[in-house]
Amino acid sequence: MLTTIIAIATLAIIFGLVLGFAAIRFKVEGDPIVDKIDSVLPQTQCGQCTFPGCRPYAEAIAKGEADINQCPPGGEAVINELADLLGVDPKPLNEEHGEHTDKTVVYIDEDICIGCTLCIQACPVDAIVGAAKLMHTVIEDECTGCDLCIPVCPVDCIYIKPVTETISTWKWPLPGSSLNAEKESS
Amino acid sequence: MMSMRLWKIFGGLKLPGFKSMSMSQATQPAPLPKTLTLPLKQHIGIDAEPVVKVGDTVLKGQMIATSGNYVSAPVHAPSSGKVTAIKKHRIPHPSGIETDCIIIETDGEERWVECKEHSNYRQLDAKTLRDIIREAGIVGLGGAGFPSFIKLDAGSSNMIDTLILNGAECEPYITCDAMLMQEQSRKVIDGLNIMRHALQAKHCIIAVEDNKRAAHTMLVNALHDHEAEYIDVIQVPTLYPAGGEKQLIKTLTGKEVPSNGLPINIGVVCHNVATAAATATAVLEGKPLISRYVTITGEGVDHPCNLDVLFGTPFSELINLCGRNSHAEQFIMGGPMMGFEISNDDVPVIKTSNCILVKSENPTPDYIMPCIRCGQCAEVCPAQLLPQQLYWYSRAKNFDKTQDYNLFDCIECGCCSYVCPSHIPLVQYFRFAKTEIWTQEQEKEKSDIARQRHEFRQFRMERKKAENEERKRQKRELLKKVNKEKDNSEDAKKAAIEAAMARVKARREAQHTAQENTDNLTDEQKHLIAEIDSRRKKAKDKS
Amino acid sequence: MSDIHSSPYIQNNETISRMMLAVIYALIPGTLVYIHFFGFGVLINIFIAVITAIACEVIILKIRHRPVKPFIYDGTAVLTAILLALALPTLTPWWLAALGAAFAIIIAKHLYGGMGYNPFNPAMVGYAMLLIAFPKEMTAWIPAETHGLNFSDTLNYSLFEILPAGMSYDALTMATPLDSIKTQLSLGYTLDEIHNSSATLFGNIAGYGWEWINIMFLIGGLILIFIKVISWHIPAAMLGSLAFMAMLFNFSDAGSYSSVSFHLFGGAAMLGAFFIATDPVTAAASTKGRLIYGAGIGILIYIIRTWGGYPDAIAFSVLLMNMAVPMIDYYTKPAVFGATGKS
Repeated sequence: MLTTIIAIATLAIIFGLVLGFAAIRFKVEGDPIVDKIDSVLPQTQCGQCTFPGCRPYAEAIAKGEADINQCPPGGEAVINELADLLGVDPKPLNEEHGEHTDKTVVYIDEDICIGCTLCIQACPVDAIVGAAKLMHTVIEDECTGCDLCIPVCPVDCIYIKPVTETISTWKWPLPGSSLNAEKESS
Repeated sequence: MMSMRLWKIFGGLKLPGFKSMSMSQATQPAPLPKTLTLPLKQHIGIDAEPVVKVGDTVLKGQMIATSGNYVSAPVHAPSSGKVTAIKKHRIPHPSGIETDCIIIETDGEERWVECKEHSNYRQLDAKTLRDIIREAGIVGLGGAGFPSFIKLDAGSSNMIDTLILNGAECEPYITCDAMLMQEQSRKVIDGLNIMRHALQAKHCIIAVEDNKRAAHTMLVNALHDHEAEYIDVIQVPTLYPAGGEKQLIKTLTGKEVPSNGLPINIGVVCHNVATAAATATAVLEGKPLISRYVTITGEGVDHPCNLDVLFGTPFSELINLCGRNSHAEQFIMGGPMMGFEISNDDVPVIKTSNCILVKSENPTPDYIMPCIRCGQCAEVCPAQLLPQQLYWYSRAKNFDKTQDYNLFDCIECGCCSYVCPSHIPLVQYFRFAKTEIWTQEQEKEKSDIARQRHEFRQFRMERKKAENEERKRQKRELLKKVNKEKDNSEDAKKAAIEAAMARVKARREAQHTAQENTDNLTDEQKHLIAEIDSRRKKAKDKS
Repeated sequence: MSDIHSSPYIQNNETISRMMLAVIYALIPGTLVYIHFFGFGVLINIFIAVITAIACEVIILKIRHRPVKPFIYDGTAVLTAILLALALPTLTPWWLAALGAAFAIIIAKHLYGGMGYNPFNPAMVGYAMLLIAFPKEMTAWIPAETHGLNFSDTLNYSLFEILPAGMSYDALTMATPLDSIKTQLSLGYTLDEIHNSSATLFGNIAGYGWEWINIMFLIGGLILIFIKVISWHIPAAMLGSLAFMAMLFNFSDAGSYSSVSFHLFGGAAMLGAFFIATDPVTAAASTKGRLIYGAGIGILIYIIRTWGGYPDAIAFSVLLMNMAVPMIDYYTKPAVFGATGKS
């Protein structure tokens, strides 16, 4: 009886020492999973997930404070990738945070713009060029479609437009037909 | 000509040919249309850039759009006339999207631009020859439209083993290459010689399917004696898709092009026979690529035939010419296996338009049933893929797995869809998967850039805040220092005040030394001035 | 935009219904011989099973909101019902065939997602369920040509379980040739003794009557291979491995292990090889995979027949290999064109 207790206690001490040593010797600085999650997110920086940007959302997911289905611009593709990365089941997009829409960009109506620079301060990726009392304009290639500039504009001169489709960005659609016997017909 | 050993390819289908219907008469040039619409992108690569303006008069063969980037090709005016517009117009593409086109109103005179011939091409080095071919706007006329000069670069080894001219034309209905080989066999061989010189190829093969006997005979007869030593005109078994580049190379040389690789990796280059003929015209006659043979065929035209068509000619004119009838409901550019449907026949003929197929709509399309895993698709796939698995994963949008099963090796030949008993549109699933993967890659790049911009913006805000803090701190320090000095020395203060007053005095004196309007003064005025001056002097001495 | 159809714009004439119809035609010769030897029971069972299967499929499709017409006309339910009925004994009550067919269609096929999605062969699932739930009815076969029952007698029994006067169920039914060999071997007799003991049970090369049925199914199957409805890999692998195992053991001890011809032409071996194991939905997809799948079935049939608890093993062997199919498919991916870089 006594030998059992001593043996198990010794083993516990040995393993404890090994684990403690490994925790210090092999400690990883920072949290690489946050980087991986962040690289999956679409970087729209729109805040629809209730976090102020994609990086904070990534950190929240890593800590377990947020679910993986809160990103509307990412849509199903991002949810599936996050589910794959974290080893959880994918789930449908949480509609409370918004719908997944086609990619859009914004443009400023230059006749109305008064040069107040509020939109420049709002843009999370600095896609609006301009200065005080001078014309503001949106660099379409850099615009992520987050729409954060629209509510701050005092004269409502910013409008949304869909990204123009060209031959090189056109995609073949998924075959869908009323003759598909696999689809529900109700 | 010696008989060569041929290898078998995996899979493939025997399809009904429908070729004799369009080969009954010799190829005629199509009549000159009133309007020519030239898209700026008729090739794989970047759009060409226009070098003419609206209102310019152009000559036949004049360059109207130039190629800036490496993978691009210039566009030339197919006939003389006036540029009436540079605007968006429909082009033959499955999406129906409009792109920029140069629209020329022809004047009927067909005045040629000055052409520079290079009959001495053997003295030119490979790079000069490639530049001539590039400037002539020559792209792969077999259907892909890849700028040909890039495929005439032998690379660092400066020579290749085998140059193959693809005259197989395995798709049903299409006969333009067959007619070209029959009617212009010498030109094809001249083109082959030019390409051989550019690539320094050791061995040359012209491959013809064995259902094109006339073409084979004409080519063999057109060979000069010494040419027969290095050129073989070989008949390959008629099978779809024997004309696929990788499949043809395997049939003729037994070597398989590595998946994700190019034929040049195994020392082989493959060009279409029409490309070779166009090269001969460009180098020997100095004329750029402005027309091609097009097959207009199908049950929707009464007189199916081949025509030599200028680029920019509308499809509708050609179909009317060949006798459009009541069956003309569906228009396909290309063949029935790899072509695409165009909804409206008001599109122009472009460099890659090899065939216009006009047919009636299928009366009772069949239901698309679930996949029964019969495996027939895998038995016919010439790329030895598993279309069934690619279908399951493409449908599930599991794009990583589709790439595990080599999705990008699929040549989209359509054999799998043809045999599927459930009538599943397999090729469309694969095309969907490919474009989705490309879009995802583009979006990933964009989102990486957006993240960098966002991080830089945050860095910039931090930096601004830090700079503000720094400035405030420095000001505070300065104020503190000034206050300290104020308390410590009264003398210093006095000295400062005196120095300030001295400065003011000096400034005032400098203002008053210059007296103006002192000419023509009366005596009274002079006396007044003297009095004022003495009074001022007294005041100054007092202070 | 979703109305864009991509190439190819031509298609061959093969459809699922044509394939299923070809298989049903190929089953006719064997079925006719079956009726000749064992009476009309099998015809009644086929009829009941087909009606039940179609009725169940219509109901389930309506519940699942799927179009009914294409799935009924493609013939897969009919084929499942016919194969199940051919596996049942001939003198059975009507509810046995009906229950089996209903279970096969509803549970084995539609519960897993419908046609194309079921991992297990529906006919074999129905048979296995019946065998385990109703062992008495399922192991009571009648001997060939000696029963004296005509069509109306069989129908009477099927619907009302009434036999003609003077006949009793236990006197009429007996074990199959395979079954009796198994029991007799365990009692210590040798094969020669067993074969000579009963002329009604044993014919020239295998069980009496059964050998002819198997020959006709073999012919039907070869025709199917010739017209390219099924490929040769699965039947060849299955029969090959079964023959190999039989040969091996028969060579070592001819007295206790049946001969090759007995195994190949006995029981439902030919039916299984050409019609049951070749069901495309549940078999392996790649060529190499199919050979492994077929070989696995053959080996399992021999093992269960010789040392297992059941006399005939087609159903269980097929179901066991169905379980292994995803793994077989994963490990037998063929090389892609250009993967090795050499011809």
